[in-house]
Amino acid sequence: MLTTEALVKELVEKNGRSRNSLMPILQGIVQKEHYLSEEALLSVAKELDLSAADVYGTASFYTFLDTVPRGKNIIRVCKTITCHMKGKDEVINALSNALKIKVGETTHDKKFTLLTANCLGWCHKGPVMLVNDEVYPDLTPQKALEIIEEYGKEAK
Amino acid sequence: MSKYLVNLKINNMPVSVEEGTTILEAARKLNFRIPTLCNHPDLTVAGNCRVCVVEVKGSRLLAAACATPVSEGMEVFTNSEKVRVSRKHIVELLLSEHNADCTKCFKNGRCELQDLASEYRIGDHVFLDLVKPESKILDISSPSIVKDDSKCIRCQRCVRTCTELQGVSALGVVNKGDHQRISTFFNKPLHEVVCTNCGQCINRCPTGALTERNYIEEVWNAIYNPSKFVVVQTAPATRIALGEDLGIAVGERVTGKMVAALKKLGFSKVLDTDFTADLTIMEEGTELLTRLKKALVDKDESVVLPMMTSCSPGWIKFQEHMYPELLDNLSTCKSPQQMFGAVAKTYYADKINIKAQDMVVVSIMPCVAKKFECERPEMRDSGYQDVDYVLTTRELAMMIKQAGIDFDKLEDEHYDSILGESTGAAVIFGATGGVMEAALRTAYEIVTGREVPFTNLNIKPVRGMEGIKEASVKIKGVKPEWDFLEGVELNVAIAHGLANARALMEKVRTGEASYHFIEIMGCPGGCLGGGGQPIPTSPEIRKKRAEAIYAEDSEMIIRKSHENPEVAEIYQQFLGEPLGHKSHDLLHTHYKPRKRY
Repeated sequence: MLTTEALVKELVEKNGRSRNSLMPILQGIVQKEHYLSEEALLSVAKELDLSAADVYGTASFYTFLDTVPRGKNIIRVCKTITCHMKGKDEVINALSNALKIKVGETTHDKKFTLLTANCLGWCHKGPVMLVNDEVYPDLTPQKALEIIEEYGKEAK
Repeated sequence: MSKYLVNLKINNMPVSVEEGTTILEAARKLNFRIPTLCNHPDLTVAGNCRVCVVEVKGSRLLAAACATPVSEGMEVFTNSEKVRVSRKHIVELLLSEHNADCTKCFKNGRCELQDLASEYRIGDHVFLDLVKPESKILDISSPSIVKDDSKCIRCQRCVRTCTELQGVSALGVVNKGDHQRISTFFNKPLHEVVCTNCGQCINRCPTGALTERNYIEEVWNAIYNPSKFVVVQTAPATRIALGEDLGIAVGERVTGKMVAALKKLGFSKVLDTDFTADLTIMEEGTELLTRLKKALVDKDESVVLPMMTSCSPGWIKFQEHMYPELLDNLSTCKSPQQMFGAVAKTYYADKINIKAQDMVVVSIMPCVAKKFECERPEMRDSGYQDVDYVLTTRELAMMIKQAGIDFDKLEDEHYDSILGESTGAAVIFGATGGVMEAALRTAYEIVTGREVPFTNLNIKPVRGMEGIKEASVKIKGVKPEWDFLEGVELNVAIAHGLANARALMEKVRTGEASYHFIEIMGCPGGCLGGGGQPIPTSPEIRKKRAEAIYAEDSEMIIRKSHENPEVAEIYQQFLGEPLGHKSHDLLHTHYKPRKRY
């Protein structure tokens, strides 16, 4: 595996050093490391000659650019009103019990992080969750657990 | 390029203004005051606080006057029912997220939000109190700046100051929506990040979210302590601005009144940083000439040029963070404040027969970075902390008010002796270009035996508010011992405000320009626009303060540092010679690289 510094260098080579390159670089880091560490943001600031506070400001603005360590698979259950009325709480409780973590936490084996998200635009098929970049609509607690089980196998 | 005139009406009064003028500026022309919070004359337009909303005929939405340019035939109303109701609501909404514990706030009585609340007679809690627990973060890690997020209205004046004027960007906007905060890299405490402690953010914060760390009580305690001998020194730029906080017009000099007030407050001796400014010139001027000789004659490669001034502690910390590879360019001279402390607790203490441990040195400074500087571990060469407490010009004004002194009615008094005598060269340290001018007045005369070839010693090319100034002085008719300087064109540059300093450092780093000597002041306008000076600040205010500084210089009897009799005396009786052994121990220092990111 690449060191963070090498990863940043590679992404900078690919995306360039302009201010516009900041977002794709940050996204590239999250793809590989699941979150943006201090070390990662400092190397980005250095490579792009931006202030570290500025880079952190950008990172902290976006929900999908996490600045705390996350698991390999990030589950985001929609918490907005339609999904709420269609039973997102039951889905979250089922996931929480199965994974033995609360919302916002990461499993001990670093395989899963359980989060909530604002409206994912799937109100007609709620409740809905996102695992990494994949959308799973029409959930029931049972269905959610089956999906997670599959990810658990892959993550071995 | 000539601009078109645009005709519009504001509150039914016609006005013609240049194209591109904002409604806010056009209204000012007609003497209609529209309140603002996020707007500041030194900064770009943000338009985020919304208190300047006005009604534009034909538009459903209200417009932010600060961010809306005028257009032909526009009809603007600055106080219609809709405007008034909305503006009052906006203030109420700002207050709903603001820790309005005003009586316990350091900015009580000088807060722009408080003024607006008072103006609009905000009484009832129309909105729920929404100060979030997570916003109740108080950062007291810095010896200079206190940051209280519970008072922040997120107008971002500080962020724009830190970025646009200072090129530091220690502060940024983090998170979004109702979680938005003004913070640092990973929300680290101010003393751990690249903050230079310049305090320019304090000068522009409309509320109490950013204030100086104040040492008023500590200083009162020292004054009241009968076993302590409390000496006070005053920086050049305090005497031309203190009056602003005490009901006196901008640009009026209050040197004599300030001295009188300090005596009334109970300081044992009232002395002058200007004395050590003169001493700085002796050391720094000699250092420059020595460096020139080593570089030009001895071809000593360990000596680097250009030499850069080291009086401004914000600039020093900036350089330590941003250009550690250029630290050898900095003059090793301590700042005048620190030279004063070191000399006060040695030479002066001996002279007046006071033990150094019984002496408390207080500085009155236009600066908040000086609070950090006096706590630097390098600044203990007297065997004690050389300067104990630093108060800003603003804190001194508060003490004068607390003591019930009617400042305006005070009779002028003189500084005590010794360490009270100074020259015109010292007072101009307070303006951008001043250290350069003072150094040239002395260095030129050392080398040639003649005065600098400028009318009345006024070296005009180094004065003024241009961000980066350049000048050349041709050295002619040198004394035999300086023959290597004959015909040399001495190239100098001056920058003020750290964004300008950064631009100049880039030129130096890339070798684009070659100078012999560079003066940098961390704050816009130099110390006269320092982070510890009375609030508000603006280009016009700084211009008036600069005029006052140069007026003070022109009226001084002695205007060259090397002619200060007390400076001659200290070399004769104590220091020996500039850059001598004792000077090296007490008056010079070193710098350390710090993390840029």
